[in-house]
Amino acid sequence: MSLHPVISALRRHKAGVVLIVLQIALTLAIVCNAIFLIQQRIERASRPTGAVEDGLIRISQTWFGAPSGDDAAAIEKLDAMQRADLATLRALPDVQDAAASTSMPLQGMIYSGNLSLNPQQSGLNVTAAYYYGDERLRPTLGVRLVAGRDFKVDEILHHGISGDAVSPVVIVSQPVADKLFPQGDALGKTIYQDGKPAAIVGIVERLQTPTTQAWGSSWDYNSVLEPVRLDGASASYALRARPGREQAVMREARKALLAVNPLRVMPESWGIQSLSQIRAKIYRADHAMALLMTVICVILLGVTAAGIVGLTSFWVGQRRKQIGVRRALGARKADIVRYFQVENLLIAGVGVVLGALLAALLNLWLMAHYAMPRLPPAYLLVGVLAVLALGQFAVWGPARRASHVPPVVATRAT
Amino acid sequence: MFAYYLELALRSLKRSPGLTALMVLAIGFGVAASMTSWSVFRAVSGDPIPWKSAQLFVPQIDMWGPNGRNADGSPPNAMDYTDAVALMRDHRAKLQSAMYQISPSVVPADAGKHPLNVSGHAVYGEFFPMLDVPFEFGSGWSTSDDTNRAQVAVIGSKLNQKLFGGANSVGRSVNIEGRDYRVVGVLDHWNPQPRFYDVVNSGGFATDADDVFLPFQTAIQANISNDGNTNCNAVPKESGFVGLQHSACAWIAFMAELDDAAAVQAYRNYLDGYARDQQQAGRFAWAPNNRLLDVPAWLNNQHVVPSDTKVSLLVALGLLLVCLVNTVGLLLAKFLRRSSEIGVRRALGAPRAAIYTQFLTEAGIVGAAGGVLGLVLTGAGVASVGWVLPKDIAALARLDVSLLALTLLVAVVATMLAGLYPTYRASRVQPAWQLKSN
Repeated sequence: MSLHPVISALRRHKAGVVLIVLQIALTLAIVCNAIFLIQQRIERASRPTGAVEDGLIRISQTWFGAPSGDDAAAIEKLDAMQRADLATLRALPDVQDAAASTSMPLQGMIYSGNLSLNPQQSGLNVTAAYYYGDERLRPTLGVRLVAGRDFKVDEILHHGISGDAVSPVVIVSQPVADKLFPQGDALGKTIYQDGKPAAIVGIVERLQTPTTQAWGSSWDYNSVLEPVRLDGASASYALRARPGREQAVMREARKALLAVNPLRVMPESWGIQSLSQIRAKIYRADHAMALLMTVICVILLGVTAAGIVGLTSFWVGQRRKQIGVRRALGARKADIVRYFQVENLLIAGVGVVLGALLAALLNLWLMAHYAMPRLPPAYLLVGVLAVLALGQFAVWGPARRASHVPPVVATRAT
Repeated sequence: MFAYYLELALRSLKRSPGLTALMVLAIGFGVAASMTSWSVFRAVSGDPIPWKSAQLFVPQIDMWGPNGRNADGSPPNAMDYTDAVALMRDHRAKLQSAMYQISPSVVPADAGKHPLNVSGHAVYGEFFPMLDVPFEFGSGWSTSDDTNRAQVAVIGSKLNQKLFGGANSVGRSVNIEGRDYRVVGVLDHWNPQPRFYDVVNSGGFATDADDVFLPFQTAIQANISNDGNTNCNAVPKESGFVGLQHSACAWIAFMAELDDAAAVQAYRNYLDGYARDQQQAGRFAWAPNNRLLDVPAWLNNQHVVPSDTKVSLLVALGLLLVCLVNTVGLLLAKFLRRSSEIGVRRALGAPRAAIYTQFLTEAGIVGAAGGVLGLVLTGAGVASVGWVLPKDIAALARLDVSLLALTLLVAVVATMLAGLYPTYRASRVQPAWQLKSN
């Protein structure tokens, strides 16, 4: 079939053609970028933390009337209170394991510092999150140890929150080991944490930092386990519930801790929460964005398809006579359908070329203003194919109706 | 005449219900998506204190030098204790307050009740008049209370409800971190969003209102430690909260009221003079590099409006644009289909203006119908924002009369704009040609 009659017919409908081209171009530009955004958000929100999340619970609480100050007596008192809490929690029937733990992946409460290979902190520097806790912290989190060993009980120190003693041994996450020791020989080496030395005794496969915010995104899996119970008026614990007993543990733990000491603040909203609750809360904005973009994409594609149906129907109505003439001259129904399909392919073809250009421009603009990464060409390709398919789908109904125009129309006056 | 056009338009729309429904749906969805995003954007980008925001300033002092500056060369976004206290002592603005976030425990007087964890700020007495903080009972505290480190407190309406059943509690005593404080004022539901006085710690938005305010120096003396962010360029030499006060760590917010350009200039000069003094004293090894931004500029500088909100609004506006292009196409089809009708009307003497009125009326009706659908969908959109967006932001987006009016207005105006080109084409129809071809 020659394209010439199609093009010359379109010349008579410039405005309509321009409008559909524009609509397809805008739709493609927005949908490509929106789907890229959705994919990014979903990927971000489903990143593994490295911990076994099912059954993991965090308790944050503050004692009321706990000793304030940094003197040795106060620290010892606070540490005793913390150990008493831990003993209570470990004795609960549904608790598999419990550990002192200042931080939890995703939760937000973060201590961080600078790792380097010499006390002057010159040369290679790596920012990392410090997870303070006791010897049960790694097993409770369920983080996988890939080299070396766990902390021994006698390695666990304890000091005040702003105490400056640093443990001589640490466990680091694989990314930290890789960055500081690219040859892969990190185990047993000495690193300097904010200028103070510590030997790497173990390496864990993966442990996300407690923050998901932009300022921590360049070192989001750089974590160090510190064998230190931090003693302050607030203390936090990590609990590992027996399979299927998460909800029960959350109730029992509250009751048991209040029985030990009722003078503590442990609000419903953040006192005791499971990691799945923490995850839902922290990625809420990402899920919302993904949902909103999905809704907008669906509306956009629907509106564009409807627009194509509307305008093509109008053209079919205008061209009833010509269609009748073609049918009378021997064109089959399939020829009429194909005519409208080719016409749509031409229009949509121009639209997607323009749209691909617009999509790239929109992406560049988003990159400049909203720190969006570059749109992979695959998205454009899939978008182009999807929009072309949508056009063919939308034109199918009107084209079928056109093919039903009887040849006898040609003989009538109007 | 208008009634006649209205009737014509309705008759025409009824003739092609499918096409009409398509246009109404497109406009309804387009407008609703835009308005829902707008309601969120409006909520987070609002000026929390419009009558005064241009007179409230946040000073930044460069106490860390070139290595501690932000990418744009600006100094840290909070102050260390030394500078904050020095600025308070010099007292060069009309009103000013250093402040830091606290989260103390409060013990209810009734035995058997659990202690409460309450968030708040340690501030100077001038904080309250400077920010026009509304009081339900009592007032803030005096300058002499600040200097004497008086055991006084201002509490929020929520805490007042919890502790005193909402009664006038001025003069009553409240136990905070084991010490008794005398209540001097109860706030009247004050929770400005964004929380402009301490953007750094709230990130702009906070779900719960600040419920307790203590005099800055009283809180320091009572060892009520900082609950907000602490940023250090070096590990503090001494440990504990006292060590923090002696360190160069940044953890204190500051705000000053400067009523006119002369006062602003004078304060800039004062800050530069202060930094030069520090340089001479050997504390700073660099030239003065201060900033003084008013509240709107500060909110912008701290990126208080989440970029998600801006991107959503943009994408939604893009959707509206596509819906309008779609409407232009459909109206064009609809109007030109009636070329013969237009030809007859023109031949019978109708001027072009009459054709314009007739078809714009029709577009307006489609817009109004789209607007009504848009109202319903916007209502549903704003309601669903509550269960998908983060709570602190979702709580701010609300449906009000102005949003509803805007929805309707945008729908009608946009559709009439979309109808302009099709109407123009309709008005150019040649009557003779149409009549002949029939």
